[in-house]
Amino acid sequence: MYAQMIQSEKTDEDPRALAEFQARIDRGEKIEPKDWMPEGYRRTLIRQIGQHAHSEIVGQLPEGNWITRAPTLERKAILLAKVQDEAGHGLYLYCAAETLGISRDALTEKLLDGSMKYSSIFNYPTLTWADMGAVGWLVDGAAIMNQVPLQRTSFGPYSRAMIRICKEESFHQRQGYDIMMKMANGTPEQRRMAQNALDRFWYPSLMMFGPSDAESVHSAQNMAWKIKINTNDELRQKFVDQTVPQAEYLGLTIPDPDLKWNAETGHYDFSEPDWTEFFDVLKGDGPCNAERMEARRKAWDEGAWVREGLLAHARKKRAAKTAAE
Amino acid sequence: MSNEWPLWEIFIRGQHGMAHRHVGSLHAPDADMAIKNARDVYTRRNEGVSIWVVEAARITASSPSDKGPMYDPARSKVYRHPTFFDIPDDVEPM
Ligand SMILES: [Fe+2]
Ligand SMILES: [Fe+2]
Repeated sequence: MYAQMIQSEKTDEDPRALAEFQARIDRGEKIEPKDWMPEGYRRTLIRQIGQHAHSEIVGQLPEGNWITRAPTLERKAILLAKVQDEAGHGLYLYCAAETLGISRDALTEKLLDGSMKYSSIFNYPTLTWADMGAVGWLVDGAAIMNQVPLQRTSFGPYSRAMIRICKEESFHQRQGYDIMMKMANGTPEQRRMAQNALDRFWYPSLMMFGPSDAESVHSAQNMAWKIKINTNDELRQKFVDQTVPQAEYLGLTIPDPDLKWNAETGHYDFSEPDWTEFFDVLKGDGPCNAERMEARRKAWDEGAWVREGLLAHARKKRAAKTAAE
Repeated sequence: MSNEWPLWEIFIRGQHGMAHRHVGSLHAPDADMAIKNARDVYTRRNEGVSIWVVEAARITASSPSDKGPMYDPARSKVYRHPTFFDIPDDVEPM
């Protein structure tokens, strides 16, 4: 997902305080920034929300790649609005993380020094315009699967950020599917581009949910704390069940010869993605990792004079105002 | 001195006649920029007709541990609600 493989951080507080805290969560109460919380809860959330925020920000790059080359002015305006929304999502989430006592600059530095990750999906290239369709349809589609339940997460600021984000995501997925419909019903060449985009984004999209976590202790703790709501496998299955009929409608083929409806389970059976590839990408060896990090570093470094200049100007203005009073 | 832009809490009036509501926060070098940024971050879909920005450091909040002494006294004063009083049906609507 946008936050993949979040290990829960160890906590060793007074068992009575922990039990009381757990009881609040079990009663469905929201935890607010100034409330007492276990250190592990705080640190796990910083990691998860931070990774989620970084994913929104880095996620602008593969789509930003096509803004200047959109096929029509309307498509360009739509893509621009979509990418701008993702910037907003990043900002909502950074603010939520900051309420836990980490600064924005520290979060950015952790992204740039590699100690915080972003979703593996954004390390794949966007080669043709059809990829804008596949990304909106599949990547935002998978993100929605994960974000909708997270609206009920136990941490108030995270939950409120997710509610805002979910209101905006449906536009993202629909504009993607709209591009896919246009391409799939276009010339044979456009159709091939649409199929090719699906071929390349299918397994990376399945990887977004992370490896099976049925056995994971971390996952159990995070679920008890309600910072993870469903297992990775549950969400992946839901995504496949929802997406297969949408691909059929487009007349496109999902690149999985073993994909078939299972009447007994009421779900589609499907092939697992290549988890070696997933771990390689996560480690930094995906097709675009270096390029993405380079772009973020460049933006941070080359923006330094703007950040400093505006702050200096604001301080000067304030000083002049105080002097005049 | 930290070079991080200060944090601003953003309040938006969604429609005429409604109160401003807290929607989130953002960083900006000063109040004017905070309003401009709030426009882009929080009203991309016509969510507002007016924006307030307040520097987060200037907000004083009640402390969660005072919850008992702060709010419990109100609990026993049920007579503050109109439903506390039985008015006979014969009396005109009140
Ligand atoms: Fe997003
Ligand atoms: Fe999105």
